[in-house]
Amino acid sequence: MDELSLYILDITMNSVRAGATEIQITLAEDGEWLDFTVTDNGCGMTEEQVKRLTDPFFTTRKTRKVGLGVPFLTMLAEMTGGYVTVKSVSEKVSENHGTTTHARFGRNHIDFIPLGDIAETVKTLIQGSPDINFTFTHTKPGGEVRLSCAELREELGDIPLNEPEILTWIGDYLNEQYEEISSI
Amino acid sequence: MKSLEELKAIKAKMQDKVALRTSSGDIRIVVGMATCGIAAGARPVLNAFVEGVSEAGLGDTVTVTQTGCIGICQYEPVVEVYQKDKEKVTYVKMTAERAKEVLEKHIKGGSIVTEYTIGAAKI
Repeated sequence: MDELSLYILDITMNSVRAGATEIQITLAEDGEWLDFTVTDNGCGMTEEQVKRLTDPFFTTRKTRKVGLGVPFLTMLAEMTGGYVTVKSVSEKVSENHGTTTHARFGRNHIDFIPLGDIAETVKTLIQGSPDINFTFTHTKPGGEVRLSCAELREELGDIPLNEPEILTWIGDYLNEQYEEISSI
Repeated sequence: MKSLEELKAIKAKMQDKVALRTSSGDIRIVVGMATCGIAAGARPVLNAFVEGVSEAGLGDTVTVTQTGCIGICQYEPVVEVYQKDKEKVTYVKMTAERAKEVLEKHIKGGSIVTEYTIGAAKI
């Protein structure tokens, strides 16, 4: 994968498949680091599952015998001098279940890859799961870009968020915010 | 600058359209969006279908959905087309350009683009 936004899409899909109804995607950049965090209220994982996450030959899926999502992310983060941490509470353990994945990337490292089209990633997630409350926040030195599906829903009522007109609007809304903060 | 206020206008415009929609679509286009699909370029393929269906005004009859790993990762991006009373068609190694072609010829025109199907793929 040649854009960070594709890794973000891939890792967030884990939260979608964990049955989450609330997913927060946060990006925070300073001069040195880019921190990516995704937090969900999905089914979570047991301690044993979390331990085996970086093992490419561990997956719970039935269609193939490898799981490369977290190993890919970890490889990229470590290549740039960063790291990945995963904290999870299984639904078998607590009612307050869910997973938080945090990845840190060294922005100035030669192996750091461009963020790419993050608006497309957000649109793709909403297209696939219009009922999930995604919250996207990207904090940069120039300001903040933000989107909350719950807020969109307050305006739109029962119109599904994956209607093409809405998705186009979401893309434009995000890109305009990016333009705004880059001109500061 | 866009504001959430604008959504009110979009809502007013769309309410009737969404309410009128009776079926969830006769044709279902399913794009594999697991790690294998994403790494092979499924995101632009999905978006080409979503935008193409919308531009062609096919929203009432065609739905575009996502799925996980189908199990043939080496052929990703994989797209499956389900149509009532017809056999499923599996397209492999898709690109945004191929997606547009499939929309034009298969979804609109009714003839399968055989060269992109799994049956035509070299193993």
